Amino acid sequence: MENTTTTSKAPAKQDVTKPRLTAEEFKKEFKRQWILIAIGAVYVVYGLIFNYLPLLGWIMAFQDYKYAKGFTGSEWVGLGKFQFLFSDNTFLMVIRNTFAMGVLNLVFSTVFAIGFAILLNEVRHTWFKKTIQTISYMPHFLSWIIVVAIVHDALTSTGIINEILMNLKIVQKPYPFLQKEAWFWPIVTFSHLWKETGWNAIIYLAAITSIDPCLYESASIDGAGRFQKIWYVTIPGIRPTIMILLLMNLGNVLNAGFEIQYLLGNDLVRDVSRTIDIYILDWALDGRNIDFSLGTAAGIFKTFVSMTFILVSNYIAKKKGDERLF
Amino acid sequence: MSENVKELKLNKKRKMATEEIVFEVCNAIFLILFAVVTLYPVLNTLAISFNDGNDAVRGGIHLWPRIFSIRSYEEIIFNRPSIRQGLIVTVARTVIGTFTSLAANALLSFILSRKKFLFKSGLSLFWIITMYASAGLIPGLILFRYLHLTSSFMVYIIPGMVSAFNVMVMRTYMAGIPDSLEEAAQLEGAGYMTVFVKIVTPLCTPVYATIALFQAVYHWNSWFDAMLYNRFDPQYTTLQFELRKLLDSVSASTGGQQAGTSATAASVATIVPVTVRAAATIATMAPILALYPFLQRYFVSGLTIGGVKE
Repeated sequence: MENTTTTSKAPAKQDVTKPRLTAEEFKKEFKRQWILIAIGAVYVVYGLIFNYLPLLGWIMAFQDYKYAKGFTGSEWVGLGKFQFLFSDNTFLMVIRNTFAMGVLNLVFSTVFAIGFAILLNEVRHTWFKKTIQTISYMPHFLSWIIVVAIVHDALTSTGIINEILMNLKIVQKPYPFLQKEAWFWPIVTFSHLWKETGWNAIIYLAAITSIDPCLYESASIDGAGRFQKIWYVTIPGIRPTIMILLLMNLGNVLNAGFEIQYLLGNDLVRDVSRTIDIYILDWALDGRNIDFSLGTAAGIFKTFVSMTFILVSNYIAKKKGDERLF
Repeated sequence: MSENVKELKLNKKRKMATEEIVFEVCNAIFLILFAVVTLYPVLNTLAISFNDGNDAVRGGIHLWPRIFSIRSYEEIIFNRPSIRQGLIVTVARTVIGTFTSLAANALLSFILSRKKFLFKSGLSLFWIITMYASAGLIPGLILFRYLHLTSSFMVYIIPGMVSAFNVMVMRTYMAGIPDSLEEAAQLEGAGYMTVFVKIVTPLCTPVYATIALFQAVYHWNSWFDAMLYNRFDPQYTTLQFELRKLLDSVSASTGGQQAGTSATAASVATIVPVTVRAAATIATMAPILALYPFLQRYFVSGLTIGGVKE
């Protein structure tokens, strides 16, 4: 557990014990570490430009922003853009899609990663274990473009899936998976599983290895079998890790929806494939009806919902006594 | 009586032994299946890429090419200048981008991990906020236009140089280095920069390697920034973006409308032979596949150092 949640040590702790400096001491210390302060200032300037300045762009959401007219010349419309957003059925639809795929992904990714880590941990031959693990995180390093190409090729009418289904006489003619709305979410979820299960399992494997072996020995003495050891020793042992990662990924649930949906979606499934990010991108790039203001308003909505999620999961983690995420 | 008890115990042991064997066998089969599902698509693409173009259309190629040919590779190497341009840009951004962001993140982490730094908590907070409050895609796009970063190579390097997340991981690692080393060096007259270069950096090799690996993979795989900022500048295209155009030329040429993989794929497939698509896919993933098994120990340790997965 120790080594899995040390992302940030709260700096507050040290500040409490640090004695307050007098003005004189502060001056001296300032002079001594001027180089740190100078470099720090450079980072502040960089951060102001690339991370904080864009936030000023949020005023676009309250304007009818036209690039040619700029921020000063564009007309103010108050909350008009937000009103449009929440009366736009497409926007409500993309919110639903984003949440649905985010939650599906969160649940299945977690379960599969834990399951895979446990099964891999039960293997005794080191070389077999190593080989399987090396293979398992290979897809993590592939881009979504390649993964989508692979998924697409596997599911087309001549793909391996339809070949198997036809050989088993389950279907008579190739089934058009990619054109069916009902299949889009499962395909996206499976693609995530294919790409990330091995990678996500790394952290659970590390947590499993840090479980005290004595616990397994005493369980054996008490006559516990394989399954009982998994259920009563392994799973409780990695429970804190599971909780932390689950909460952390909960904060990211809205960010799970861009590349694969964008690359794999098509006109026939657009009602279930489009996510908030794709919606924003359309307002930014779609030549005929570019509306930066609407896109920005949707972006603000997304940022606020994401932040709420993160704050809530942080709060739960704190309340449960586990270490805070950040 | 005691015979009976012995018998019972033996039975129980035997039962457990069979249970163990069944479990091991099932587990092994399951894991092998998992590996097959992971590997098959890649091996299949490899086989198709080495097959003759006209023959491949018939389908039915699995793990081995039916009629061997390296035509498709010749095609993508010699006949497609846009792919070559994408490769050059991608290699350049991977090398430059990885190095600059590693240096930038390491230096900021160094400052934030100095216990006596006067503005430590302030500067930490300044960067932690950036992890949560993201302005979104469009304000960024407009800012980059004002800064003349669109239609340039620098848009790949400069905006993403500092990542608060990576800084937090590195800072935690650096904070674990004993203060006595720094104090000893300072007694000898070393300044902060000397401490950073000569003492902290050599001790941070594992975490540097991890972050560099993540950054390199990120740069190698990126296509979205090429589409968003350099759509009309073919000289700044990236390899993945070119691969995307090849796999689904309609979506790329309309600049991002979700194009029909269904309705249009058939017509596209006749323009770009399936073997050429496969060859381009293999060529794009080859460098990563060749390298990652050797870098394993770094990212496995790196994940547990940072305690976070990406």
